Amino acid sequence: MNSTNKNEHTHPTPTNGQWKTFGSFVQKEFYHITRDQTTLALLLILPVLLMILFGFSINTEVKNSQIAIYDPSNDVATRGIIEKIKASDYFTVVRMLNNPAEIEKQFLKDDLKMVVIFSDHFYENMQRTGKAQIELLTDGTDPNSAMTVVSYASNIIGLYQQDLFKIQQIPFEITPSVKLMYNPELKGPYFFVPGILGMILMIICSMMTSISIAREKEFGTMEVLLVSPFKPMYIILSKTIPYFVISLVNLATMLLLSVFMLKVPIAGSLFWLVTFSILFIFLSLSLGLLVSSIANSQLQALLFSGMVLVIPVVMLSGMIFPIENMPAFFQWFSKLIPATWYITGVKKIMIKGLGFTSILPELGVLISMTILLIGISWKTFKYHLE
Amino acid sequence: MNKRNKNIKDIVNPNQLLSRFNPRGFGALKFLLEKEFKQILRNKFLIRVIIFLPLIALSLLPMVANFEIKNNNLAVIDNDHSPSSSLFIRKIVSSGHFHLVSVRQNYNDALNDIEQDRADVILEIPAFFEKDLMTTYSAQVNVTANAVNAVKGALGSGYLMQIIHNFSNDLRSRFMAGNSKIQTPAFEIVPRYDFNPYLEYKFSMIPAIIMMILGMISGFLPALNIVGEKEKGTIEQMNVTPVGRFPVILSKLIPYWIIGFIVLTICFIVVWIIYDMVSVGGYLEIYLFATVFVLAFSGLGLIISNYANTIQQAMYLMFFFVINFIFLSGLYTPISSTPEWVQTMSLFSPLRYMIEALRSIYLKGSHFGDLWTKFAALVGFAVFFNLWAILSYRKKA
Amino acid sequence: MENVIEVNNLTKKFGSFTAVDHISFEVKQGEIFGFLGANGAGKTTAMRMLCGLLPSTSGKGLVAGYDINTQSEQVKRNIGYMSQKFALYEDLKVWENIRLYGGIYGVPEPQIVSKTNDLLKRLGFENERNTLVNSLPLGWKQKLAFSVAIFHEPKIVFLDEPTGGVDPITRRKFWELIYEATDRGITVFVTTHYMDEAEYCDRVSMMVDGHIEALDTPKNLKQMFHADTMNEVFQKLARKAQRSDS
Repeated sequence: MNSTNKNEHTHPTPTNGQWKTFGSFVQKEFYHITRDQTTLALLLILPVLLMILFGFSINTEVKNSQIAIYDPSNDVATRGIIEKIKASDYFTVVRMLNNPAEIEKQFLKDDLKMVVIFSDHFYENMQRTGKAQIELLTDGTDPNSAMTVVSYASNIIGLYQQDLFKIQQIPFEITPSVKLMYNPELKGPYFFVPGILGMILMIICSMMTSISIAREKEFGTMEVLLVSPFKPMYIILSKTIPYFVISLVNLATMLLLSVFMLKVPIAGSLFWLVTFSILFIFLSLSLGLLVSSIANSQLQALLFSGMVLVIPVVMLSGMIFPIENMPAFFQWFSKLIPATWYITGVKKIMIKGLGFTSILPELGVLISMTILLIGISWKTFKYHLE
Repeated sequence: MNKRNKNIKDIVNPNQLLSRFNPRGFGALKFLLEKEFKQILRNKFLIRVIIFLPLIALSLLPMVANFEIKNNNLAVIDNDHSPSSSLFIRKIVSSGHFHLVSVRQNYNDALNDIEQDRADVILEIPAFFEKDLMTTYSAQVNVTANAVNAVKGALGSGYLMQIIHNFSNDLRSRFMAGNSKIQTPAFEIVPRYDFNPYLEYKFSMIPAIIMMILGMISGFLPALNIVGEKEKGTIEQMNVTPVGRFPVILSKLIPYWIIGFIVLTICFIVVWIIYDMVSVGGYLEIYLFATVFVLAFSGLGLIISNYANTIQQAMYLMFFFVINFIFLSGLYTPISSTPEWVQTMSLFSPLRYMIEALRSIYLKGSHFGDLWTKFAALVGFAVFFNLWAILSYRKKA
Repeated sequence: MENVIEVNNLTKKFGSFTAVDHISFEVKQGEIFGFLGANGAGKTTAMRMLCGLLPSTSGKGLVAGYDINTQSEQVKRNIGYMSQKFALYEDLKVWENIRLYGGIYGVPEPQIVSKTNDLLKRLGFENERNTLVNSLPLGWKQKLAFSVAIFHEPKIVFLDEPTGGVDPITRRKFWELIYEATDRGITVFVTTHYMDEAEYCDRVSMMVDGHIEALDTPKNLKQMFHADTMNEVFQKLARKAQRSDS
């Protein structure tokens, strides 16, 4: 400490002695975090928990959807179609209705997804007039579920039609060959993993850092540190280093979970994925610093980082809700959120397996945002601390 | 000493008092409730939250929280350049499901559109498309869909297949018309969406958002209130008085229960004004469900406050439960399509029963008779949480 | 005079740490009993056991004739308590705080009204009746908290470092309130680490490392330890302490 004392005003950059002091500050921060075991556990378990929740509870597959059937025709064609539906894993036929009046009541109990309604004299009309009809009545109160169920049912009924046509040699048949890129098994987690990465890194880096700095301000220990001969900015920096390390641990945990538990492979280069993520961690840390320079109490820091950082990430970054569905203002606003760019970039490298050049735009935006944020938080800190 | 004697006359003998009044009972409740209401009415922040949270959440969230899959961006590679192929493309665009964003000369350019998220689906029409159709009566097209978002990928390619199928039917009826010898069997598939014919996402989101607001307010507020009293030391002052834990707990439950009703009413008014939506079913039934739901969440808040020592801990704990409940409520994905263990877990989310009940009553007009199992589940939660809250409330440290 | 507090070998352990170690003493009705000791000596723990806030590990205690372990609710009806932290509701007005605690202790409503008027007059707080407590100065808050703690005329009032953070003159005024209470027959049990306050007590116990090292009138204690002030007595006793400050 003595050697740093002399040099403090003449040297703007740390000398050897100052690096040593810096090291001891960092050590002190590590002690803080490892001793508060509740918070540490939270920091390490939260990512795992969110991975599990998102990975398994957000599932887009249709399985065992309960349906009812109203079949007034009961002929060879309708029986054939019903057999096909029953044979699939997607649907479980729970009720056969006998009375059209029953149809409308079916959804009121909320466990039924669809009613398949055949028209009268189905086979006869199918062969002669072409006016045979299958109505797929779904519960529109859950739109995506309704659309997905309809599309699965249409495909199954389409199979019956194909069988029929094969026998009868139908002309003008266009067969599409379909390729589902990046996610051929249509698994939900492919979409959510990049979003969770972005959200967790943002929460850990910005929210936790700003709260921990605000805590020192609240308890008055910050003032004690600030009157020490060490430069205030390095004290602040020393607080961010443990969170940087924790973020790296979280990043590793989440990537491992995603590959081995959720079976979402890293299609592109691991090196660039990690480099890109570290850039985002730097950016989040500087955001955390900015918040902590404004907030004076833990509650303020919590509310501020929650409202200004975490909620926009969850709502507007495209992590859960597709950006293209939002009104123009929100689409424009989402471009100002760093996580939006990070998530797009991670999707490109990790899911789509694209090369480094494809993320140049995202990289450029994130680098300029980081420089800007570090600049601003440096300035506000000087203003507030010195 | 004179003074002492004079004042002793004023002393009310505590034992005499006790015979008239039992402070463990509900006499004290009146005073405790008075106190809670005065504090709430003086708390400007709280009143702002009660009024503005529903207003802001209900006006912004339905715009943002939209999983609707309407606009599939389409990139086309037409290697045929024939009347049939351009008719085919027009047919696809006019279906309303696709938005044509680019026409490319080769597959790699189109693939780049997908890589850069400009396009969601590529349709490649091979050379000799028309010729094949006319000569061999069959043709092939290639469809490539970006399936990173699985729902979007599946629906996008699904729509395209339906349109292709319909296009085939059209061709058939055009070229085969009048040719009665080749009679083709045909039927049509008509999807119809009950209660929400245009599949507007906000219809299903709004009841869920209302319940999330209600759950948060009735869970977080009592928890923060009690933990706040712990931090200030006033709860200890309360614990050295003879007042029982039952009146104390009730004095925390009742105000937030009333606040819950106010918030719910504000929500319904906001929804009515902004979206012109009113309940199909009875409001009485909704409020009946809400009564029990709010009690359950407040009970949870009280349990948390009994175990947490600081506001920060209470926030984290509550956050943990709320996140879990939301994920297990079927809000994002139908419960029936989740793995079995998630389905079992979701039985323990009170939010699940409430969102299902509100969607059913509000959007479909279901009656109590249709939903009594959900009501019973909510009653179970309310009883369980509040019993636990009372039993875990310690007057001793 | 009868004993209102009787403590026999009362002990509290937290794990392997013995905060209060077999203490025994009696407090007589109407007495001002000073409970002194350095920070961490076990004063607050002992007091919390007597108030029924903390169960004891072993030993016996009677407060107002009731067993602190088995009849803590009866104990609570007969005591008043004022904690270290200032514990009135900051967001309630002066009269509302009085009314709340009066109501909780079961003072009938008409009496609450008349006694509130008397109390405010006696304290000279008539103009502050409708003031929110958080805007009162600390010394006033302490006076109010004490008056609220004895509003229901308990047999004993427990004061846990009631005058922390205020100047000697304000402390002196606070003690005038304590004397008034004892004039009305209320027993006062007070912890403090201000030695000038120890001089005001009828009897004083000195706690060191969970034990009671000395218990007598301030006058006798000074004689016994050949000291001029209670502060010296305290210094001599505190030197033995093994536990560091808090």
